[in-house]
Amino acid sequence: MRQYITRRLLEMIPVLIGVSIVIFFIFQLAPGDALSGNIDPKMSAERKAEIRHQLHLDEPVWVQYGYWAKGMLHGDLGESFYYKQPVSEVIHTYVWNSFYLSLAAFILSILIAIPIGVVSATKQYSVFDNAFTIIALIGISLPSFFFGLLLIKWFAYDHMIFPVSGMRTAGSSATGFAAFKDVMYHMALPLIVLTFGSLASIMRYTRSSMLEVIRQDYIRTARAKGLREKVVIYKHALRNAMIPIVTIFGMSLPGLFSGAMITEQLFNWPGIGPISLIAVNNRDFMLLMGINMFLAVLTLLGNLIADVSYALVDPRIRLK
Amino acid sequence: METNTEKKVNIKGAKQEDIMSPWKVVWKRLKRDKLAMIGLYTLIILVAVAVIGPFFSYAMEATDIENINAAPSMQHILGTDEVGRDVFARLMYGGRISLSVGIVSVAIEVLIGTILGGIAGYYGGVVDNIIMRLVDILMCFPFLPLLLMLSAVMSARHVDPKYRIYVVMFIIGIIGWGGLCRLIRGQILSLKEQEFMQAAEALGLKDRRKIFRHLLPNTFASIIVSATLSVGGAILTESSLSYLGLGVTPPTPSWGNMIQCAQDIYTLTFQPWRWIPPGVCIFLTVMAINLLGDGLRDALDPKLKR
Repeated sequence: MRQYITRRLLEMIPVLIGVSIVIFFIFQLAPGDALSGNIDPKMSAERKAEIRHQLHLDEPVWVQYGYWAKGMLHGDLGESFYYKQPVSEVIHTYVWNSFYLSLAAFILSILIAIPIGVVSATKQYSVFDNAFTIIALIGISLPSFFFGLLLIKWFAYDHMIFPVSGMRTAGSSATGFAAFKDVMYHMALPLIVLTFGSLASIMRYTRSSMLEVIRQDYIRTARAKGLREKVVIYKHALRNAMIPIVTIFGMSLPGLFSGAMITEQLFNWPGIGPISLIAVNNRDFMLLMGINMFLAVLTLLGNLIADVSYALVDPRIRLK
Repeated sequence: METNTEKKVNIKGAKQEDIMSPWKVVWKRLKRDKLAMIGLYTLIILVAVAVIGPFFSYAMEATDIENINAAPSMQHILGTDEVGRDVFARLMYGGRISLSVGIVSVAIEVLIGTILGGIAGYYGGVVDNIIMRLVDILMCFPFLPLLLMLSAVMSARHVDPKYRIYVVMFIIGIIGWGGLCRLIRGQILSLKEQEFMQAAEALGLKDRRKIFRHLLPNTFASIIVSATLSVGGAILTESSLSYLGLGVTPPTPSWGNMIQCAQDIYTLTFQPWRWIPPGVCIFLTVMAINLLGDGLRDALDPKLKR
């Protein structure tokens, strides 16, 4: 196992180099550099040249890439122009807000989707199964921003049940449980949007995995032994059906940090989504490059975690 | 005998008339699937209205200055927007844009995905390794942040709004082919070990012919299903990007950028006719495509017992 993990980690290196090259050169396609964007117009040409020199912008592209890559190896993703802070610090400030929101949505959708998936599988083609198949499809087909706007209109403006946007009540100095309650209150609507969007895949995954398991011989044996149907399904079948579901956790890792961009933007949730859009609109390319690099690493780690956890729970799988 | 040869259908080898062609079998199975047929008909209606409708309605840019922000009425069945343009007319033009972005970008995806997947699967070795590492790199970008990056560059280059739509198609297509490429490669790997490929080998066919005439046609089922579902995804992506102001930008209408007006609180609460119809259109289209795609998957899968 240790050997396998080491090998996979080593294999990540060329992929990450590739990713960093792609990211870097995409931004070379943009005309001008960071200094030709929103910069103080009173700045003198010499000062500009000086800064360009400091940032190595006057050197050939591949040398610039070298500096950027070298910085990354030291954990230095460069400086954000808009926030006037190191990129890693900006990411650190906002990423956790994204994480809490996405994690809450993830847990909620698992709690809802897995039981529905199991019942759907045991009553295949029943009214229940068909109804939830359609609900799942609605969840994938409804654009998150449109669903969010509908919720904002109905719940926030028409009935004023939930706040329109943000993460905390402005000017609130509540601490402890009151602060937590305030955040939850703000989280409700984005949470509904995100959960509804991610229900479908987990539901379908559970359903098909469960369908496969209940056709197995040992389930027939369990039934033949005269076990009650409940025990057969929830004790014998469900445990094995959950094995592929484990991989979802790993696969969701990058999504936990980035998947909610549009929803976050819609509800003005102070996470990675809004700052990415601010970066796009202000040509803060260093920040965008940093965010993308960060997410690419998470994706690779997530895949590795998915594979390893699969092998951990399923002794039939041997990692080589 | 002569009449018999005449009756042979000329698609992929000879098929007698009394034997149903695979496509007929698929169609017959699909027809039994009520949900898929609902999807298909919805889609046909939506496409027909978007393509034909504009000939019978207000022009896309025609403004009715007396009725600005007017609620739905007999004159403007879905009301008008902030400069008095007919919302229903713009909805149909927007439909043309959104649907074509979906179709063209998926066409690009399929083209790149199948060709590279076919080549990687057939040749194996170094070629396979290079292509698959490319796919790895592509797939480890989260979709939306990568799109944001590319749109940022597009905005920085000040692409003319008229041409933005083509750039959007291209961007969505160029970053979406990874999954299909992997799928095709996997299937080719197992297909090329089968007997008919030994026959092809024995006939001394060229590699190109073997890949494009013998291997890839056998993966059509997965290509069709994957492409159908991708069109839905591409339409969603385009609408999200356009909603954020990073995709198709006004004056070109798209369903996504028509919803942008809902960012204004007054419009959001008091002028729902301006942003709910395009949202419903996106939803209906993507839903119809997903229903059809699911139905096609079931109809095309010969192993399925139902």
